[in-house]
Amino acid sequence: MYSEQFKESLALVEAAREKNIAFEPARMTAEQKEQVLSTFHPDYKTDEFETLTVGPNKGEKVPKELAATLQAHSRITADSVNLSAPDYETDVLIIGGGGAGTAAAIEAHEAGADVMIVTKLRMGDANTMMAEGGIQAADKPNDSPAIHFVDAFGGGHFSAKRDLLAKLVCDAPEAIRWLSELGVEFDKEPDGTMITTHGGGTSRKRMHAAKDYSGAEIMRTLRDEVLNRGITVVDFTAAIELILDENGAAAGAVLMNMETKELLVAKAKTVIIATGGAGRMHYQGFPTSNHYGATADGLVLGYRAGAKLLYAETLQYHPTGAAYPTQIFGALVTEKVRSLGAKLVNKNGEVFMHPLETRDVTAASVIRECSERGNGVDTGNGQAVWLDTPMIEKIGGEGTIEKRIPAMMRMFGKYGIDIRKEPILIYPTLHYQNGGLDIKVNGETTNVKNLFVAGEAVGGIHGKNRLMGNSLLDIIVFGRNAGQHAAAVAKETTVGKLTLDHIAKFEAMLADAGIKTETVSPKLLPNYTKQENI
Amino acid sequence: MENTVNIFLFGKKYEVPAELTIMTAMEYAGYQLVRGCGCRNGFCGACATLYRIKGQHELKACLACQTKVEDGMYIATLPFFPLIKQVYDMEKITPTEAVMMQLYPEIYACVGCNACTKACTQELNVMQYIAYAQRGDFAACAEESFDCVMCGVCSSRCPAGISHPQVAMLARRINGKYLAPGCDHLEDRVREINDGTFTELIEALMEKQIDEMKELYNTREIEK
Repeated sequence: MYSEQFKESLALVEAAREKNIAFEPARMTAEQKEQVLSTFHPDYKTDEFETLTVGPNKGEKVPKELAATLQAHSRITADSVNLSAPDYETDVLIIGGGGAGTAAAIEAHEAGADVMIVTKLRMGDANTMMAEGGIQAADKPNDSPAIHFVDAFGGGHFSAKRDLLAKLVCDAPEAIRWLSELGVEFDKEPDGTMITTHGGGTSRKRMHAAKDYSGAEIMRTLRDEVLNRGITVVDFTAAIELILDENGAAAGAVLMNMETKELLVAKAKTVIIATGGAGRMHYQGFPTSNHYGATADGLVLGYRAGAKLLYAETLQYHPTGAAYPTQIFGALVTEKVRSLGAKLVNKNGEVFMHPLETRDVTAASVIRECSERGNGVDTGNGQAVWLDTPMIEKIGGEGTIEKRIPAMMRMFGKYGIDIRKEPILIYPTLHYQNGGLDIKVNGETTNVKNLFVAGEAVGGIHGKNRLMGNSLLDIIVFGRNAGQHAAAVAKETTVGKLTLDHIAKFEAMLADAGIKTETVSPKLLPNYTKQENI
Repeated sequence: MENTVNIFLFGKKYEVPAELTIMTAMEYAGYQLVRGCGCRNGFCGACATLYRIKGQHELKACLACQTKVEDGMYIATLPFFPLIKQVYDMEKITPTEAVMMQLYPEIYACVGCNACTKACTQELNVMQYIAYAQRGDFAACAEESFDCVMCGVCSSRCPAGISHPQVAMLARRINGKYLAPGCDHLEDRVREINDGTFTELIEALMEKQIDEMKELYNTREIEK
């Protein structure tokens, strides 16, 4: 139930619903997309970016908040720990216990390596758990990896590293098969045919889902498999600095117990950074759909040790974050809501765009509707537009919402909004880090030996924008890939003398560049407490 | 002054804005959370919480990130609960009733008190899915338990010591792997890719100039 303030607009939305369902909005031309992006997308607000003056990406622009955390002090100095007496020794050290980290762990273990996962919260506290909509794979007869490639390459503004993208799309069906073999449930017809839908920017219906708990279903299954295999998991423990060996290869990490603050040393033959995204950096003050620990840690660890970033200046703002009620402000409203037929409607009850443009174009269009065009609904906490969910029941039949998007029904239902009968208010929310550490096809960083990266911490797979359903895919494809290669490399690796010299080197570079800062990094967790901690 | 309510965090009183969730109210009060906070969106089960409203008898359970504070709420978080997770090899398991008897025999000690269902933070019919598991009806157990976030509140209330979320996890994996219908078009496509059916097409895309790729993208046919 909505309060009085929304009544007038709500009546217009309801009155126009039948007409809006029948209305087929045109897709934008390439020029129209370019225009709306350059005027309204947050990535184009130049005063929100800062040029890095230190490190491998010196001279490049990144969001101000990221620059501050990249060009910050380490939490430790080299003499804080004793590298000659490691607390843990393993073949493959995986930093991060989300989808990419667990997929990597399973494959490295399968390859016979000794594996250890370290994660600052619990295994499964990750954006993977919250991915609702689905996972792409070109496995239908009218589809092919080549068509998938073109969709993703175009959607990413022709900037993806093509060798990475080719691997993503060609390994996609096998990724789905692998997950099915592990026992992940997918929505299927009685004959086994996958129920697939469109996502924004797809030209074929290739979105596979497990209701709107797609990521949760994948994550809990991978977590269960890690536990079944007896892989070592050290939880509530963050990696705060990489350890290199005397030859400059990654050889472990300094760890910190999140509760006791105890420092520990993990020595490894290869290291996989699978630390995920950065939504909790709240770039440009945006709310986020991300989990509590999404603070760009892996980018900081890698950057300080000399690894290069790619496209760190591009973020994804999911067009449909919950804008009302305030308790769920910024929470993800899955794109699947639009895949199932709900359209975006402004305060006058007008459909103002095709609902399945790519995410960056859709987000920019929503921002335009709420700013320049003045067609937003005032929520008391900002502007928003309607996402007309009752359309889904009219198109798909009664019961479709409960069957296909139960999490959404539950999330709004807790606040008295029945999305089967009432539309919801949305506004873009910070959702995904398009950029990250630069890798080769085997998952290893381009310039630090034995340092692998998988998942959202990687840059370049998607280019400067990512399609829905290609992230769950990427954590599986590149998670497995990193695990396999890290295990193989570990077999041939003899670790040299451990060192943390890069910390002092980076400090010296900060001093040379005249950077004066009190910030330490990685950030590890956001601080939402009312008062400053003493 | 905005509308506020009094809540009791582990028995201690705090006055907080009425529109906050339990989680954001704790932060408002000054807690920097490490335990009991994960996705903040109702998917991960990290923030299981028990509460009782002053003057009421009933003990309620919820996810702290999904529940608004109320006046007189006495709150105790349950950031961890010792569930029993049995270890098994998915490749060797058989999808029969015997599996449950072997791995989670305590489910047969269910006394039917329904405390699990009453406590479920996702409003699932927990006792019903345990009943399905007892009968070896894994497909029904999987469906009934699908929205489980494994927060463990059900198990904290169970006199029989059942680890409901882990039972359901096993049922879903068995269902996904062995009972759900196989997918022919998926198997076909994996085979085609392994046979190199698309190799030339992909290689051609790797070589094309950006302008050619733009042309391909902007003129591609979009399935209705």
